[in-house]
Amino acid sequence: MLNPFSLEGKTVLITGASSGIGRGIAVECSKMGANVVITGRNKQRLNETYLSLNGNNHIQIIADLSNNDDLNSLVEQCPQLDGFVSNAGIPKLMIVKFIQKESLEEIMGINTIAPILLTSALIKRKKVIKGGSIVFISSISGVNISTLGESSYSASKGAIHGFVKGAAIDLASQKIRVNSINPGLIQTDILKLAGEMFSEEQINDKLKQYPLKRIGQPEDVAYATIYLLSDAASWVTGTSIVIDGGFTLA
Amino acid sequence: MDVNEFVKHFAEQFDETPEELFKPTTLFKELEEWGSLTALSIIAMVDEELDIRITGADIRNSNSIEDLFLLTQAK
Repeated sequence: MLNPFSLEGKTVLITGASSGIGRGIAVECSKMGANVVITGRNKQRLNETYLSLNGNNHIQIIADLSNNDDLNSLVEQCPQLDGFVSNAGIPKLMIVKFIQKESLEEIMGINTIAPILLTSALIKRKKVIKGGSIVFISSISGVNISTLGESSYSASKGAIHGFVKGAAIDLASQKIRVNSINPGLIQTDILKLAGEMFSEEQINDKLKQYPLKRIGQPEDVAYATIYLLSDAASWVTGTSIVIDGGFTLA
Repeated sequence: MDVNEFVKHFAEQFDETPEELFKPTTLFKELEEWGSLTALSIIAMVDEELDIRITGADIRNSNSIEDLFLLTQAK
């Protein structure tokens, strides 16, 4: 049966695959038939993702993308790619008057600069095939909304939103599509970190603002990623999909 | 840093509340200006001034400014 959403026979690179949304994307892509190349900083956790993948022919590569040598070595080791999912990122709460150069450079380095440089290097070394698809996991923060203490995080994600549009134009001649996904609150370890900062009551109050009354799961983001990677989205480029249980409506 | 200096830094995070209202015994959560923004400011101030990480739970477990100061000393 024809399935335009299938990833059968496609090879997809996924960054930040050692946990959370990245792990969810890697596992779901493998279930849809993709061969995945997963990368992350933590060897043990990346291997946990590797072991939960469906099927064979997958590759895992340890890399810290804020390190140029690691980034170049990752690009060298990559096979030809049908898809690239830039997911690696960190959160950081900093209220405006306490923003410091070091922390700002860290968040911009990981969330903005490394993803852009990796995209550039993959294209330059012709690792993404004609008709390929690039998906950035951005956020509703910085594109649709922001919240207390998130100005720097929003800046890092908003910058990606702009990059997606420009890159979509640059790469259109090679029929490479570039899109992004803006998730709301997703159940990951990052959220557990927020638990140290906020009380359970505060987090539950936040959940009440989601019209669909539940927190997002990594799979919610993975399914949209699969769509954008698949041939079903072959006329979709330069756009973003909000996956937030209706949060930005409320 | 002693408690009085801590109180001074604590007070600096507020824009509307008069400085004289800040004492070691001040029950800071009863201040009108207390809220999420000031809580995040206090966490950032402690990180910057003392190089100590406190959490939202630490703040929830403190009533007076001195409670919080003693908590940072125990870290």
